[in-house]
Amino acid sequence: MARALVASLTETAATLSLRQWLLVLAALAVLVALPFFVYPVFLMKVMCFALFACAFNLLLGFTGLLSFGHAAFFGSASYVAAHGLKVWGLTPEIAIALATLVAAALGLVFGFIAIRRQGIYFAMITLALSQMVFFAALQMPFTGGEDGIQGVPRTAFLGIFDLSSNLACYFFVMAVFVFGLFAVWRTVHSPFGQVLKAIRENEPRAVSLGYRVDHYKLTIFVISAALSGLAGGTKALVVQVASLTDVTWQMSGEVVLMTLLGGMGTVFGPAVGAFVVLTLQNYLNAFGSLVTIVIGVIFVICVLLFRRGIVGELQARLGRRPS
Amino acid sequence: MVFDVPLSFLALQLFIGLQNGAFYALLSLGLAVIFGMLNVINFAHGAQYMLGAFATWLGLEYLGISYWWSLLLVPIVLGLFGILIERALLRWLYDLDHLYGLLLTFGLVLIIEGLVTDGFGSSGLPYDKPALFAGSERLALSGLTGNERDFMVVPIYRLWIIVAAVILCIATWYMIERTRLGSYLRAATENPALVRAFGVNVPLLITLTYGFGVALAGFAGVLAAGLQAITPHMGSNLIIVVFAVVVIGGMGSILGSIITSFALGLVEAITRIAYPEASNIVIFVIMILVLLTRPAGLFGREA
Repeated sequence: MARALVASLTETAATLSLRQWLLVLAALAVLVALPFFVYPVFLMKVMCFALFACAFNLLLGFTGLLSFGHAAFFGSASYVAAHGLKVWGLTPEIAIALATLVAAALGLVFGFIAIRRQGIYFAMITLALSQMVFFAALQMPFTGGEDGIQGVPRTAFLGIFDLSSNLACYFFVMAVFVFGLFAVWRTVHSPFGQVLKAIRENEPRAVSLGYRVDHYKLTIFVISAALSGLAGGTKALVVQVASLTDVTWQMSGEVVLMTLLGGMGTVFGPAVGAFVVLTLQNYLNAFGSLVTIVIGVIFVICVLLFRRGIVGELQARLGRRPS
Repeated sequence: MVFDVPLSFLALQLFIGLQNGAFYALLSLGLAVIFGMLNVINFAHGAQYMLGAFATWLGLEYLGISYWWSLLLVPIVLGLFGILIERALLRWLYDLDHLYGLLLTFGLVLIIEGLVTDGFGSSGLPYDKPALFAGSERLALSGLTGNERDFMVVPIYRLWIIVAAVILCIATWYMIERTRLGSYLRAATENPALVRAFGVNVPLLITLTYGFGVALAGFAGVLAAGLQAITPHMGSNLIIVVFAVVVIGGMGSILGSIITSFALGLVEAITRIAYPEASNIVIFVIMILVLLTRPAGLFGREA
């Protein structure tokens, strides 16, 4: 595992140009410096949702599959991590790994069912399946029903490093975030990712070229679900709560918006979208249902006028081909 | 005694199941009609149904419009609202991937529900239905079972919902399958360019279709106003179930989706008696089973 990671890292390092290397280093430097200027819990939430949106975009942006039920993976992972941390007293890395595994397994089941239909049916099926998860979360004994799981402890990382301070927790979450984004980036820029794009552009042609499209779709569905779970599990550690909000269809819609707003089909666009949406929510939450209305309006504007999203639009303006 | 429950209870539950099926039928019919013509899944269908219920309440509260007038006026108002949405927003998306229609109408849901919550709060509003519909009838079943004590309670209003929905469903089916206008519609669904070449105003047809679909949702909303508390989120919870109904039935056949709707209402009722914990998800489970065996849906064609 570790050796494969190192091999993958060195291979990646070789493919990046000097300019890209500088950009990566600058981004990392900003990530390290930010918590000293901005409230770390807010930043951690942004990172969780950014990872969630980037994972979701693997399906929507790079494979052309609109899942309207991704909250199921995010939310159930957050319940599993919260339960593991609180009841079983697991260390964060084990709890989050467990949450990721559960989300991946759920993704395998959902994906197996949903890829039988395409386009709009795919969206409706994933929505219906995630609604089942919602009802399960409402009725199962360990989820705490309407209350959710509250007072989740931040146990020590590897049993040694204390994460109870927000700053320490921030660097843990940052590591998870960077790892998750690297996984997304690596998936997109791989031969596997190229086949996904071929499926997105013209599925019958990909089939006629001999690719077993269903296998590819299922694999990327599981990867996307697992990374969504990674984000959801980490979120439970950050906000110390797992609640029904994370499994609702509104949450599934929110991640679509983040992706659309940031830029479908760009690797890091959804992260930008997540940042914008969370910032909006942060400022508008005091005004009750206004935040829902504003998000709805942004949705409509994005669909009508702004389909490339923020990063996609920037790339188009700067004359770079979308990656 | 079936499932260890008295027959009267069983009969009432099945009756309520049929009435739920009536709502599924009205809403899935509207979704199917819109999808056939616009290739848009109208996510806002549930919000439009909720608006129908609110408009009914508002009409009585502020304008003194009776229930009967609401039955006529609310669908018209909602239909006009739908036409406005189609002309202003949806028509820009026809050349794009169908998913954008879904996303746009999802945005509309958030706006509509947010505005209604803002104006009226999220607690339920009560609606006084006409006195005619109050109460229930006792129907003896002894002729069927031979047992003197077997009877069935028929709540009048629920009976009215079933009757109204069946009439409207049959009327819609007749209009689409048996009239000249319906033949234009079906032809335009198959091949809009050709129908246009014959001199039929297809864009107008599309606009009216969307308006009609929304009007159906509005009508269902009026029916719901007399049945339950009116809340801003009453529609979105229902519409996800209706999506599953549509996936199960397939959107190819109007009659098929009506039958599927009522059948699923009954299945849900039986589950509520036999194993109440699963009643929320039984339709989703059936959807999974159907997808595993007949991916195109019971009455659908592979698209």
